[in-house]
Amino acid sequence: MNKTTTVIIGAGQSGLAMSQQLTQRSIDHVLLERGDIANSWRTERWDSLRLLTPNWQSRLPGFRYDGPDPDGYMDMPEVIRFLDGYGRHVQAPVETHTSVEAVRRTDSGYRVETDRGTWLCRTLVAASGACNIAGVPKIADQVPHGIDCITPMQYRNPGQLADGRVLVVGASATGMQLAREIRQSGRDVILAAGEHVRVPRVYRGRDIKWWMDRCGLLDLRYDEVDDIRRARRVPSLQLAGTHDRADLDINALAETGIEVVGRLAGARDNTLLFSGALGNICALADLKMNRLLDTIDAWIEDNGMTGEVDAKHRFDPTRIAASPRLEIDLASSGIKSIVWATGYRPDHSWLDVPVFDRKGRIVHDGGVTGSPGLYVMGLPFLRRRKSSLIDGAADDARDLADHLQAFLADRSLAA
Amino acid sequence: MTQATMTKTKVDNGVNVEALIGARGALEEAPAAAQFKWRTSCHWVNGTHSRSTISGFFGLGEEQSRQRTFTIDADHPEVFAAEDNAPTPAELALTGLASCLMGGVAAVAQHRGIQLYSVHATVEGDMDLQGILGIDDDVRNGFGTIRVTFDVDADASADEIRALVAQSQKRSAIFDCITNPTNVVVDVV
Repeated sequence: MNKTTTVIIGAGQSGLAMSQQLTQRSIDHVLLERGDIANSWRTERWDSLRLLTPNWQSRLPGFRYDGPDPDGYMDMPEVIRFLDGYGRHVQAPVETHTSVEAVRRTDSGYRVETDRGTWLCRTLVAASGACNIAGVPKIADQVPHGIDCITPMQYRNPGQLADGRVLVVGASATGMQLAREIRQSGRDVILAAGEHVRVPRVYRGRDIKWWMDRCGLLDLRYDEVDDIRRARRVPSLQLAGTHDRADLDINALAETGIEVVGRLAGARDNTLLFSGALGNICALADLKMNRLLDTIDAWIEDNGMTGEVDAKHRFDPTRIAASPRLEIDLASSGIKSIVWATGYRPDHSWLDVPVFDRKGRIVHDGGVTGSPGLYVMGLPFLRRRKSSLIDGAADDARDLADHLQAFLADRSLAA
Repeated sequence: MTQATMTKTKVDNGVNVEALIGARGALEEAPAAAQFKWRTSCHWVNGTHSRSTISGFFGLGEEQSRQRTFTIDADHPEVFAAEDNAPTPAELALTGLASCLMGGVAAVAQHRGIQLYSVHATVEGDMDLQGILGIDDDVRNGFGTIRVTFDVDADASADEIRALVAQSQKRSAIFDCITNPTNVVVDVV
């Protein structure tokens, strides 16, 4: 039986940042990692993926990118090297290849069962990621045999797909990137687009992430937002980290010959049905993008930067077909594969503590759960808009480490 | 992005947003109470003329009754060799869409602190009668395209008005019914 003050589950950016913060506070801890540092980045990402955030934005407590290309976007080997380097830099006490099987409450904290022994701890930080499970809609059950279904967790490159037409379901960062590269492989692609967040890669000469960072949008706190539950469900930005810094919006995909249809809304027999609301979905995204650009323009004006940056402009509205396709017959359409890019969710199935809502999501107040001494990190908009970014780990780790330290101090006094 | 969504007290579109937000909070805590059933019953009068009566519904966990019973007639115009006693069911469907979006515009405007002065919507639906007459199997019975045009006079910018109308669609029951498939079960007793 092992004992420590704090067990951190997961050695990605969140867990490592928390480890650095606990070390600074002399709080004894261990990180339990099912694989190696940065396991999700190593094993659950497609080949061509690059970070959506520029290199300069890879900042962790006491560590940052210092290479030659601050405006570039890391590929996965670079991300892995970056996080490995951080782990060494902060001397994180990582127990690798240790899978957590169950976490239960005890009188004095938590009992963590792993495939390599049991740990007892007073406090526990779940930092196992936000994207462990690819969400697939129920409609997937109705897809007939003979059509390959694949999620982004399994997808590596277009070579995995059968020759023939491909339906990509989902128009957030993942769906848009996969649709584009599958189209580039020479296949016919239909993209079913539900609600999405359109942003340009570059605006007025700077990366959109640079503006969002400068304007303070990424620092917006969870307790300053009008409707945090909705903010936590906002899909990922339509962005890709490519060298040409090209936009990845519906107009760009349509120009490559991808057919864009409405949200996949149902299935009848062999027919998939698409929503007729594509026009409104695109109008909402265009309006939202323009509000973001308005915010940036106002910030530039207020900060006297108007002369230093490119002129204000707006992007073409999203163009859609006059009558987008409402259905497709799977038997006759030539569709051989469906890619379900329909979102991710965390896997907290090992957590046997009553902190979940009726939909199975952890209930927390900025990462502090209702179970004393139990924290969660790295989820969308956990404490700030940037919480799920590498760049978000630092501030969240500091805040939660403060809370955890105060909790331990309280407990010591009580004992 | 951080658009002001606070309700300005001077704005009055006749929508009690506080009550709606309160209801949202209550129903989130008690999802069973959020299960509603809307009903209408339709009685054949003569020819294509029918009369629907609308009164009770189910919601908040129990049967709900109203002070009044509403009646809505439907018929077809003379070019269909009918008596034109009332609008067609197709026109009533378009009316349902318009009314649903209209209510949404008012509610969203109130929530966003936008005073409305006038709102007008026209709705037009294309229908190829070769469908319902069984002339061409490739033609569907229902509308090909439905176009809704809003004319809004309000204390807001053009983009804020567009955003109102877009948000209304996003939260409209009838817009959803028409743009997405729905299972319909018809029984005979």
